[in-house]
Amino acid sequence: MTDLLKKSAAELAELLAEGSVTSVALTQACLDRISEVDTGDNGVHAFLHVDAEGAIAAAAASDARRAKGELLSPLDGVPIAVKDVLTTIGQPTTCGSKILEGWVPPYDATVVARLKAAGLPILGKTNMDEFAMGSSTEHSAYGPTRNPWALDRIPGGSGGGSAAAVAAFEAPLAIGTDTGGSIRQPGAVTGTVGVKPTYGAISRYGLVAMANSLDQVGPVTRTVLDSALLQELIGGHDPLDSTSISEPIPSVVDAARLGASGDLTGVKVGVIQELTTGEGWQPGVMARFDESLELLRDAGAEIVEVSCPSFEHALAAYYLIMPCEASSNLAKFDAMRYGLRVTPDGDPSAEEVMRASRDAGFGDEVKRRIILGTYALSSGYYDAYYGQAQKVRTLIQRDFAAAFEQADVLVSPTAPTTAWKLGEKLDDPLAMYKGDLATIPSNLAGVPGISVPAGLADEDGLPVGFQVLAPAKADDRVYRVGAALETLLEKKWGGPLLDKAPVLEGVAR
Amino acid sequence: MPEISRDEVAHLADLARIDLSDAELDHLAPQLAKILESVASISAAVSDDVPATSHPIPLTNVFRDDVVTPGLTAEEALAMAPATDQQRFSVPRILGDEQ
Repeated sequence: MTDLLKKSAAELAELLAEGSVTSVALTQACLDRISEVDTGDNGVHAFLHVDAEGAIAAAAASDARRAKGELLSPLDGVPIAVKDVLTTIGQPTTCGSKILEGWVPPYDATVVARLKAAGLPILGKTNMDEFAMGSSTEHSAYGPTRNPWALDRIPGGSGGGSAAAVAAFEAPLAIGTDTGGSIRQPGAVTGTVGVKPTYGAISRYGLVAMANSLDQVGPVTRTVLDSALLQELIGGHDPLDSTSISEPIPSVVDAARLGASGDLTGVKVGVIQELTTGEGWQPGVMARFDESLELLRDAGAEIVEVSCPSFEHALAAYYLIMPCEASSNLAKFDAMRYGLRVTPDGDPSAEEVMRASRDAGFGDEVKRRIILGTYALSSGYYDAYYGQAQKVRTLIQRDFAAAFEQADVLVSPTAPTTAWKLGEKLDDPLAMYKGDLATIPSNLAGVPGISVPAGLADEDGLPVGFQVLAPAKADDRVYRVGAALETLLEKKWGGPLLDKAPVLEGVAR
Repeated sequence: MPEISRDEVAHLADLARIDLSDAELDHLAPQLAKILESVASISAAVSDDVPATSHPIPLTNVFRDDVVTPGLTAEEALAMAPATDQQRFSVPRILGDEQ
């Protein structure tokens, strides 16, 4: 592997600027790395589709612009991978589902359009749990992604492909989506950085919806600054998404640069008691969390304890609201206008074709959630389930509001455990759901969150994530504190955590 | 909280227009019962005076001017259809013989 691949996007942008590398050479290096580690029975399998030709053409166009001094953005020429849940003209968009196998959308998601307009070559589409339903990427209809730290373990989910692509140095940048932790939890278990911005800070137009009121696009990177650069590139109001925020939020790039000084004097950090005590927290996860907290204290932050008692019910509220929204959203897959059509024998009606197509096209987890959502929205159960879940959502928002009276940011481990073995929880949905405990509350409340690598757990040597949450529209705070922690930890380690990851050379062969 | 039976799962699958096989019903019904049991606590979690929240960030209606903007061409819209006929989506019959 060339050293080029280990550089951050910010460093690559500088190398491109000084002319020591071209976008074509850089993009080709990523494509070579993908061939090296991603394919075959034991490959990482972060990608569902690689667009070598399109990426090289975009890179060549970037180099031509650079020669004329007409750059489109600070990241012009830096390649990126996109989660397969965002529509892309000219590249398939499957959402990890058989029902959309081979579907090439007729329009670009706003995020994809902005990446193209900013000159970033798109390497391909990354693997994910089907329709983003899962925490391990094993629910992909096209086979799981493997964790670059241990190929027999899960890379997290639903965005395991994006996180693994970045962790395995196949791409410097990736796009993810986070409905209950699908950016942050994969970040935690792969030793990478993931940010779920404030709900509405980035357009959802062209994002195939799972749960509209929870879904959020965000950056997947190896450094906090790279995430900030990417969020500024793809964020901001979009008239095509009525829920996107119209007012500007403070600069997250400035915040990341400020945080990188490692000084947090005057910043109040609240430790969420409900997400740091009790059962289910792996000792190695808590040890790295406690160490990180001490570093923040040494950097001048004031550490306080905060309580969010309603978080106890967050998981239940989430696993009602999400399936209700998902079952409604997935009703559009009716085998009539696009997607899989299965025609039973004889002279079947449209409804029979629809039933057969949805049975063949959806996997187990999608079926579970559609049926759960159909149940909870049924007459007679609506108030007891969906209605109550929406009230819990109010209580969780109130808990956040009260906690942010006491602290500027709130912190917890990103996930209660490190990466588990592939297959271990595949047919035990409840065990899988519990891994989202710490990430779900911020989706219910719409507040931003980041996961930053906090080190390796002693018992298994696998990455641990540290989560920072801030009030809605104060994304700059998660970047400031995240960047400070990154600086302090890397000083202690003598380099990035990913330096300790296996090299993976030749695994694809 | 009501329990969820195998028959009820079959009924829900019917409502959701998914043809579940017997094997799938045997597999999914107990899992769904377990999931429902785990979320049952929610019915007692909140008092009646708490308002519901449907959206994370408060929003008012968003309007735009009623102007014509380019959309997909018929070709683009039909390009990925399972079947087309005379520039239209072609679908199986929607009525039975008796209707």
